[in-house]
Amino acid sequence: MSDPVIAVEGLGKRYRIRHQQEPGYVALRDLLASALTSPLRWIRRNGRPASNSTEDFWALEDVSFTVGPGEVLAIIGRNGAGKSTLLKILSRITEPTEGRVTLLGRVASLLEVGTGFHNELTGRENIYLNGAILGMRREEIRRKFDEIVAFGEVEKFLDTPVKRYSSGMYMRLAFAVAAHLEPEILIVDEVLSVGDMEFQRKCLGKMEQVSKSGRTVLFVSHNMAAVKSLSTRAVVLESGRVAFDGPAVLAVDRYSRYRESANEGVRSWGHGLHTAILRARLVDRSGHAVTDYTAGEPLRVEVTFETDGTAGLSLDLFLLDGVRQKLGMASSHHFHDVTLPKNAGLFRTVFEVQPLWLASGRYRVDLATAAPNVYWDHVVEDALEFQVVASNPGGLSYDFKQSLNFGAIALPLVSLPRWMPASPGDEIEPEPEYGAEAISKRG
Amino acid sequence: MNERARDVRPEKLVIAAGLSAKNYWHDLWRYRELIYFLTWRDVVVRYKQTLIGVAWALLRPALTMIVFVAFRGFVGIDGTGVPEPLFVFAAVLPWQLFSTALTDSSGSLIGNAGLISKVYFPRLIIPWSAVVSAVVDFLIAFGLLAALMVVYGFAPGWQVIALPVFLLLAMGLSLGMGVLLAALNVQYRDFRYVVPFIVQFGLFVSPIAFTTATVPEPWRTLIALNPMVGIIDGFRWCILRGQPTLDFGGQAVGVAVTASLLLLGVWYFRRMERSFADVI
Repeated sequence: MSDPVIAVEGLGKRYRIRHQQEPGYVALRDLLASALTSPLRWIRRNGRPASNSTEDFWALEDVSFTVGPGEVLAIIGRNGAGKSTLLKILSRITEPTEGRVTLLGRVASLLEVGTGFHNELTGRENIYLNGAILGMRREEIRRKFDEIVAFGEVEKFLDTPVKRYSSGMYMRLAFAVAAHLEPEILIVDEVLSVGDMEFQRKCLGKMEQVSKSGRTVLFVSHNMAAVKSLSTRAVVLESGRVAFDGPAVLAVDRYSRYRESANEGVRSWGHGLHTAILRARLVDRSGHAVTDYTAGEPLRVEVTFETDGTAGLSLDLFLLDGVRQKLGMASSHHFHDVTLPKNAGLFRTVFEVQPLWLASGRYRVDLATAAPNVYWDHVVEDALEFQVVASNPGGLSYDFKQSLNFGAIALPLVSLPRWMPASPGDEIEPEPEYGAEAISKRG
Repeated sequence: MNERARDVRPEKLVIAAGLSAKNYWHDLWRYRELIYFLTWRDVVVRYKQTLIGVAWALLRPALTMIVFVAFRGFVGIDGTGVPEPLFVFAAVLPWQLFSTALTDSSGSLIGNAGLISKVYFPRLIIPWSAVVSAVVDFLIAFGLLAALMVVYGFAPGWQVIALPVFLLLAMGLSLGMGVLLAALNVQYRDFRYVVPFIVQFGLFVSPIAFTTATVPEPWRTLIALNPMVGIIDGFRWCILRGQPTLDFGGQAVGVAVTASLLLLGVWYFRRMERSFADVI
């Protein structure tokens, strides 16, 4: 076998976590305050603000593996296992704390679709801008321009600002640019989980094509079917370490088992200052875990969490669609004035949300504990992912899909519309029958 | 050692703690087109969905100039033998360049946080292109100066050939301070409040409404520490046929300050750069 194209040796990345509810940056005020009040300690701390709850966190520890030319390697693991950190290091966005990586060949990395797209710019302008950001030469973009436009199916809207694009068009255009990179090594993060089925199929096809042309691909995915079909080999990350490195089929198996065992209550989403959200499951009426949500039924999310008994905390739930657009919120405190238990311990609860007519497609749930309006304590993005297989709001066979771009929530009428005769003079009538009016105007 | 059937040997890249410096300047060159694209984006976006568009680039310096001409008239500052609007405009131009470039570049990293956390490229490109896009505005406004000179029948002398030198100095100064403040801004958001202060304060301690020559001696040396003094005097000297004679001592001080700020800025930026993605 020839030299590895990617060689990762003993890679580690340490983050310092401050258990203070403030953003990552520090205010100079705090620095000055700590320097003034305790100059000696400040000097010893090398200028970092005094904070009694700083903690080292190794997002990656001693990670080693190699990828040969033309190989497609999948990285799988739970949220917080270190996948994104690994990709960020390989993409040179952040530096490792220890260890080294050797890459042979031109690298293109795609951690997000449409990075640098500017809403005010037109499709045409964004193709050039995004291409340049991804490392393409102007000449190269010009050469591939027509191909990109055709792949993204946006011919008609080339001179329209992308802020007027539907989210589907936006994604297609963004992926089209990225798909025309010609690197020797392609690094891809979870881009496959967005967009509709057809779009996903297109992306998969493109990635297959890339790997068949002898280029090396390293990708992260939660889509186990994609992992099995695209890659021959996979690395499973667990808490920042390589837990398994081998055939994709075995890796997927191992990952699924690990996921189940983790669901028994292992902390892997980290924790906040006072609380830790440990597990979230979609459950049915009898409390059994399910993967699909049936539109029109109450949405039941079971959450297991730990608290130190701090008073006044709220548990909030956010429902997001497949492109991570927030659809709605449930909040124990803001809506119902219920706060987390005041005694420390492990708790379980089921959030039962009123029946929703969600469009068919994928959904995600973010969970958070918070001191309402003060700070977020523990935020878990993508705590849960579920799917709605079919959605027939009016009871007809029409399947209301997310990918139609008519929205993610169907608004079925309470009663069938009645068409009442109206004359122009009626318009000033104070309380018209809205349902009937609105529909008759459209029709 | 490499016998693969490739016409070019693949590039080798090593990533390890503290190694990013090795390829940096080479990468900066490789990504030079990105400077162009980001500048172009900034310029295009700045004037999209505005009513009068690029006219803003003319209106801002023109109005500033009118205010200062009126001010000099009210206060009764003696004429300099040069048409007043030209005299003031020759100073407003570099000042506006500096203030726009400084404001935009110091806020540029925060404004492009999305890019920084998702793609690699030498981060210096971001504040740099903010400076370049301020130069685009400067060039547009420069057209207005040329028009004014035609109106007043005032032809520049041979000194005008030195103008690019002072333009480069102004760019260097705003880039130096811009990258320094941009990097500080990532870590300490306090610096958001420092920049407007510098711009406001600087307007009064730079010779826009007055001439350096009218400043009495102990102060004149002190004021030369403000690098914009040398740059503005230089601009006037180039455009107004060597009108205020060049003070070489003062110029030397200004250039030294500019150079040190540029070195300091780039050094600090490079030092902090590797942690931008983690902190921003």
